[in-house]
Amino acid sequence: MTTTLYQIGTFAAGNRLLDPALRAVQSSTERGNAITSGHRACRGCGEALAARVVLDAASRATGGRMVTVNATGCLEVFSTPYPESAWQVPWLHSLFGNAAAVASGVAAALRATGRDDVRVVAQAGDGGTVDIGLGCLSGMFERNDDVLFVCYDNQGYMNTGVQRSGATPPAASTATTRAVGPSVGNPFGTGKSLPLIAMAHEIPYVATATVADLHDLEAKVVTAMSLHGARYLHVLVPCPLGWGSASAETIRVARLAVQSGLFPVFEARDGAVTATTAIRAQVPVEDYLRPQTRFDHLFRGDGRPDVVAALQERADRNIARFGLLEESEETP
Amino acid sequence: MLRQLEGSKAVAETVARCRPAVVAAYPISPQTHIVEALADLVTAGELAPCEYLLVESEFGAMSACIGASAAGARAYTATASQGLLFMAEALPNASGLGLPIVMTVANRALGAPINIWNDHSDALSQRDAGWIQLFAASNQEAVDLHVQAFALAERLSLPVMVNMDGFVLTHAMEEVDVPEQAEVDEFLPAFAPAQWLTPDDPVTIGAMVGPTAFTEVKYLMARRQLQALDAVGAVAAEFRAAFGRDSGGLVRPYRTDDAEVVLVAMGSVLGSASDVVDDLRAEGVAVGLLGIGCYRPWPYDEVQAALAGVPRVVVVNRAIAVGAGSVLGRDIRLSLPQGATVVHDVVLGLGGRPVTREGLRGLVVDVLADRVPADTLHFGDLDREAVDRELAREPAGIETGDPR
Repeated sequence: MTTTLYQIGTFAAGNRLLDPALRAVQSSTERGNAITSGHRACRGCGEALAARVVLDAASRATGGRMVTVNATGCLEVFSTPYPESAWQVPWLHSLFGNAAAVASGVAAALRATGRDDVRVVAQAGDGGTVDIGLGCLSGMFERNDDVLFVCYDNQGYMNTGVQRSGATPPAASTATTRAVGPSVGNPFGTGKSLPLIAMAHEIPYVATATVADLHDLEAKVVTAMSLHGARYLHVLVPCPLGWGSASAETIRVARLAVQSGLFPVFEARDGAVTATTAIRAQVPVEDYLRPQTRFDHLFRGDGRPDVVAALQERADRNIARFGLLEESEETP
Repeated sequence: MLRQLEGSKAVAETVARCRPAVVAAYPISPQTHIVEALADLVTAGELAPCEYLLVESEFGAMSACIGASAAGARAYTATASQGLLFMAEALPNASGLGLPIVMTVANRALGAPINIWNDHSDALSQRDAGWIQLFAASNQEAVDLHVQAFALAERLSLPVMVNMDGFVLTHAMEEVDVPEQAEVDEFLPAFAPAQWLTPDDPVTIGAMVGPTAFTEVKYLMARRQLQALDAVGAVAAEFRAAFGRDSGGLVRPYRTDDAEVVLVAMGSVLGSASDVVDDLRAEGVAVGLLGIGCYRPWPYDEVQAALAGVPRVVVVNRAIAVGAGSVLGRDIRLSLPQGATVVHDVVLGLGGRPVTREGLRGLVVDVLADRVPADTLHFGDLDREAVDRELAREPAGIETGDPR
């Protein structure tokens, strides 16, 4: 099998100019291909891309000694319409809100039966992580169970038709926070940061990443799999359907989320931030908002410059809080 | 060897001897003594290898058991009442995935009003969840049913719920013979799952099944439940052969020959009920008793055979289907030929109200004297004065009569 690779930047997953040791798992034809082709994800799906990269990297990091647990959601639905399955790794789906607890049970079973060379990766969307799955996830964190939990955050309930979740950003128009009448969409002052909540559990490793930097995503998976205990990886995955972005723009939109400061990319160990990814070329939040129809109402007619300014303030707070414009402390 | 033991302690020791690899539990009265005792056994290393997960909820407990079982480990949990409801979403998931999890339910009422005492409304609320439901009449049977439950679950790839009355059994001290480790090992082979989550043979478990195959999956599940009917009896027979005592099985008829009236009940009330039968038989009253040992799958044939030719049946319901009548009573009615038997559907002992020998005796006497209505729900131990006082306070115009 041959894989076509495109040269799109220094840190692109397929960059063969990098030192071989730093090359991405995805640059190799030997990659595991955890989710094989033929699944039913939408064109431009950020989650499908992230999940493949995460599981391929975890698979390589563990020498293939890995099992996965999946929450209900897009990823589960588009990958397993019976009698088909896109999964080439062992995969278990139980319910929407229990992926973390199921993964804890799997890890306990592996320990108790002397198979703890096999590692456990759990995955869920933002709904299954920050909302309905939070109880089980917090339990898994505080017990420090040996599980990597990955949240593919597309900022809403996309599988059920783009409703608001606790990860939906302010001002986003969703099916349950429509920007109709005087509404600016999802209200300001709501929502939560699961990476910060995870850090409050003082678990060994918390990291954020996006599909704009797959090399970074892979590196974080490898780091996570080099550690034991509860680990959390929060990956921003644009959803062309829910965000109203062009399917060819998924990577660019994710990059703009980072470069605007709206999505801070960092790593934390034992509850403290240890590395941040510096913004290489800062952009105003407007550059990130405009390609997404969920923010259309901010630019229609006279627009809502006040709301855009409020979102810029959020980005600026992130930049200050995580030092995103300072020299990068990122480890290669 | 007979020892004086609390029911919960006896069950915990028995579960430990069944060698679960993963225990996940969340405390709720009256289940607590079971999971405390198991925690002690795991901490002390007497149950090893075993991982004990102190989960954040019953939903987490059942979910962890699902993960553990799917990964090929023998998994156990225990709960009661609201805890069972809190894991309700995960119950049909465990049965649908065919995972042989064993769970003790220390039967307790459902709120509101909140009530920690015994009845069967928790277990019966989950009657259609696809779990095998066994009911223990005594602590000895509770102990024995756990050994049988693991064997049944793993033979059928189905989860099994062992019901024991909260407090009445869980907190009762009495003589119990906890099977020795060697005996349990002989009876219960190591768990050998048909399929499990392993990188050596990657499988997709829990795929989405649409209209094209969903009905067929459910048909096969229904068929599996019918196989379970045979297996419950078979395992009980094997248990009798191995341990020399009668425990479990589908139904337990007691002195039903030529009976004018037969009491039907589940759980610890069977002890008092059999005493009442003995008392009345000694006085020449033809009374019998039918204990239901397996509530799901429902043993239609065995119930029908046991009650064939019985003119009157009195069903002791420890739960109520609000707005519809009884739960157990309906299953009994459905098992009997139309019109052949008069069924008195009686609610007794809700929320821990004691079901006494005197009360049961009075009930039988009243039935034989035609003082208990047939074919309407009868509240056998209702404080009518309290109800009337409350009804008098209700505004006029919503008078409805007695619940049926």
